[in-house]
Amino acid sequence: MTLRARDVGLSFAHPGTHPDHAPTRALEGISFDVAPGEVLGIAGSSGAGKSLIAAALAGILPPAALLDGGITLNGTPPSPRDIALAPQRLDALDPLATLGRQIRRLGGRRTDPAALLARVGLTARVARAYPHSLSGGMARRALLATALAGGAAWVVVDEPTVGLDPEAADRVMALLRALAEEGRGLVVISHDLPRLARIATRVLVLQDGRAVETAPAAAFAGDGTGLATAFARRLWQAQIEDPAC
Amino acid sequence: MSWARPLVLGRLVRLAWLLPLAAVGLFTLISLAPIDPVQAYVGDRTALVGSDQRAAIAAAWGLDRPATERFGAWLGGVAQGDLGRSITYDAPVSEVIARRVPASLALIGTAFVTSFVVGTGLGIAAATARGGVGDRILRSLAVVLSASPGFWIAILLIAVFAIALGWLPSCCAAPPGLTLAEVGIGDRLRHLVLPVATLSVVGTAPLILHTRQRLVVFLDGPAAQHLRAHGLTERRIAFGAGLRHAVGPALNLHLAGAGELFGGSVLAETVFAWPGLGQATARAATGADAPLLMGIGLSTLLLVFCGNLAADIAARIADPRLRHPRP
Repeated sequence: MTLRARDVGLSFAHPGTHPDHAPTRALEGISFDVAPGEVLGIAGSSGAGKSLIAAALAGILPPAALLDGGITLNGTPPSPRDIALAPQRLDALDPLATLGRQIRRLGGRRTDPAALLARVGLTARVARAYPHSLSGGMARRALLATALAGGAAWVVVDEPTVGLDPEAADRVMALLRALAEEGRGLVVISHDLPRLARIATRVLVLQDGRAVETAPAAAFAGDGTGLATAFARRLWQAQIEDPAC
Repeated sequence: MSWARPLVLGRLVRLAWLLPLAAVGLFTLISLAPIDPVQAYVGDRTALVGSDQRAAIAAAWGLDRPATERFGAWLGGVAQGDLGRSITYDAPVSEVIARRVPASLALIGTAFVTSFVVGTGLGIAAATARGGVGDRILRSLAVVLSASPGFWIAILLIAVFAIALGWLPSCCAAPPGLTLAEVGIGDRLRHLVLPVATLSVVGTAPLILHTRQRLVVFLDGPAAQHLRAHGLTERRIAFGAGLRHAVGPALNLHLAGAGELFGGSVLAETVFAWPGLGQATARAATGADAPLLMGIGLSTLLLVFCGNLAADIAARIADPRLRHPRP
């Protein structure tokens, strides 16, 4: 059972403009496989199209987007229930509902929010809390809990460490690795390449919407000589030299 | 509900200084109004009433005393539970108000519920059909309604449903010659339809636009997108999670607009000769009936105060972020 993307491309049409106004190409030739237990990392500079891959996998592309190529699960197009998304934005949590209610919305009435919250390292009390009362790290974990609520075997996690201090970022990444070890297939999109490389099986590097390289995580070490492309090396070196990372 | 206690206490403190301030303001405005209560009472019998008789009427009503003295006397009466005596109805103000409150409450209460149900219902319908033909029709309807004066709506409704079609009565709370106690519930409801329809328009249009906007913001926002990513249908998103985003602010807006509803009832009751407080307000104003105007004015202030308090409580129930605002 493998989540497979083959030659995925994405264009944005410009409705209402002259017919000669060609659609803008945002993604081109993206291919990858994710098997259960694996973590596929997706890295790249800002605007490279990382979050568009997450939206394409979760089936929430905007109406003007034209998707080509194929995303399949065992040879058939996946349903929204097969792939869960933990989005980048913390305001994806409904501000007017408790976490418990939000988890039940996605998982059904019989879902036990306390168990799911415990799985991501949060106490049962959080089930009665509203998103505005959570810290950034807790909200990230809560988003993961909502992603796990429907029992999807594949989880796409978009920028899980944004806004977190190094310690909290390490904890969230360790949690993602643990979720994969339970048999889920994870696609983790992150600009935090050092942490991503620590938990990923492979890392797909994007540049301007194109996959320039899919490297084993072990290649992201030292000064990056194990990487095949100059862009991937530059991306890696820029991050290991940045004291913020 | 730990947030409710300080909220209510704070509002009661505000009411404690607002009431006397409003009383002074109201009395000043009534005293400065260019209407002579005696002339308003005498009306077209001017030739029959001499200056001595006018002076006697003024003395009987206490109008020969300075305004400050009259206000002091009124305030002293209020402290003992006496709101004074209405010039227009020749009865105690509290009795006039008590007699007319049920009719006004029936009208305002029914209009409140009707406009809320219709306004939020149409707002939700417009939001779920956003960008489509239905949405454009509903938005146009809301804009036209909000731009239509209440008296024009009343005349239009009377012309169509009372005169042209003859389906509904255009006057009063009961058929002429009968008291409320003598008519059945069906007849009462028939008399209520046109005034309620007129009054409902006041609150319906802003509710349609407000509810639509709040729900559209939610449906186009990241929280709804998150639900979509997990396979929830548009219907479940709009009528599940979305409903709270739409109805909470709508209820807040509607309750905060209780004063406008009372203002609208003055017009509706006057046009439809509805025997409520609105009609009494119009008569008291044209007759410069200071005690009755003061009584109705302060009752309205209490109504608006309760409406605003209920709006604040509703807003906090609907949105947990408002319960403990950060400094």
